[in-house]
Amino acid sequence: MNEIPNDLRYTRSHEWARLEQDGSVTVGISDHAQELLGDLVFVELPEVNQEIDVEEQCAVVESVKAASDIYTPVAGKIVAVNTALNDEPELVNHSPYEDGWLFKIQPSDLKTDMGELLTAEEYAKIVEAEE
Amino acid sequence: MLKKTPLNKKHLQANAKMIEFGGWKMPLHYGSQLVEHRQVRRESGVFDVSHMGVIDLTGQRVREFLRYLLANDIGRLKNPGKALYSCMLNEQGGVLDDLIVYFQDDNQFRLVVNAGPRDRDLAWITRQAKAYGGVRIRDRHDLSMLAIQGPQARTQVQPLLPANLSETAMTLEPFSACWNEEILVSRTGYTGEDGFEVILSPQKCADFWDGLLATGVKPIGLGARDTLRLEAGLKLYGTDMDEKHSPLEADLLWTVAWSPENRDFIGRNALQAQREKGGHQKMVGLVLVGKGVLRSNQTIYTENGVQGRITSGSFSPTLGVAIALARLPTDTYEQVTVVIRNKELPAQVVKPPFVRHGKACIELPLQFEEIENE
Repeated sequence: MNEIPNDLRYTRSHEWARLEQDGSVTVGISDHAQELLGDLVFVELPEVNQEIDVEEQCAVVESVKAASDIYTPVAGKIVAVNTALNDEPELVNHSPYEDGWLFKIQPSDLKTDMGELLTAEEYAKIVEAEE
Repeated sequence: MLKKTPLNKKHLQANAKMIEFGGWKMPLHYGSQLVEHRQVRRESGVFDVSHMGVIDLTGQRVREFLRYLLANDIGRLKNPGKALYSCMLNEQGGVLDDLIVYFQDDNQFRLVVNAGPRDRDLAWITRQAKAYGGVRIRDRHDLSMLAIQGPQARTQVQPLLPANLSETAMTLEPFSACWNEEILVSRTGYTGEDGFEVILSPQKCADFWDGLLATGVKPIGLGARDTLRLEAGLKLYGTDMDEKHSPLEADLLWTVAWSPENRDFIGRNALQAQREKGGHQKMVGLVLVGKGVLRSNQTIYTENGVQGRITSGSFSPTLGVAIALARLPTDTYEQVTVVIRNKELPAQVVKPPFVRHGKACIELPLQFEEIENE
């Protein structure tokens, strides 16, 4: 059974978003997504300061099995990327919600974008349907 | 309906992620393909390869028949117990399957073939054998098979072998086998590491599996089997080889026995014509310069714009870069361009194997560090 923390919001394409206290949003991929992909060997991250639109492809995670595009769940400016993943992409497998985060974004329209995202309960149903 | 090996329940108990392969339900990995890959390179691991087909051929004309059936020459096998890797070709020189043949005695040989083409192989062999009266073909679906591979594999297998084989097994040279009524042990494999393969009854196979796990040998899935064989430069039937391509187009020229010249084998004429004509495609190794993963079916361009294709590619856990086998136009190239997800990336042409006995066999492209630091 995959872990789906209650305090996060999710997309149908298996990204998660966490609103931080400083107003930024951290983005990663779900436990279910990392399990489907298998061992990650390569992560391509966006540039810091890059402006991205909602649902825009802005990163790639690649496993021994497949490459998968990552879409941002909220629009805004990239303020940080997880550079540890350059050397240790497997952090996404071991810790998808903590050490394996992908990037942080300063949202431009937080309220609208977050409102569109799925709750843990809604996302759990999608995962269940896929299994 | 997918076929299950006798170890199916044991795979599930070991938390395997199961997939379909060649009509069988097989373990892809038991948690992490990368960990399993490294486990085999550093220590040892056991693979359930019961999906492979075992075919016994017996009869007085079996030697004569196999010299006609196979592109490599079993006439080269002088002593019982020796094994040979060979392609089985059609009349056009296309590869129907690649297999290992074991010389057991003058009237008995054993073939180990791939799971996918197994039924087609049996039909083909049966048809070809008609001209060789008395050759008996037996599909040994009553047998199972394990591969135990890695630098420590043979030492770990030894205590589990029957007393009357244990000593002989440890003195086996590569590509040779010994057996008794219940088990065949060969020093063969598909990983580029030392090790054994054993062929035995399903019940004995399950006991053997349990025995290995109890001594600390780890189960390894097909995922790691694929990256291990790719690093070792070993071709996979159905992707690197098929009936539309000859051994010359799959870097398997070395497995074709041209001499003696008077040995007629299926596909010989077509192969000889292709060889004399030249200009056919060839298979090379590729190393990606920079980050990304090479995968089968990616398109390759040479500097003069000619196209090729990757037949199998992946990330090499041992080298930390992407590697591939690819089919290119016959000319030689040092560098090519690979199209990965709409981006054009340079790849170095190398001669496989990439890794053998845990060590790198190729020099990584010099530009690799530079590109990374840009």
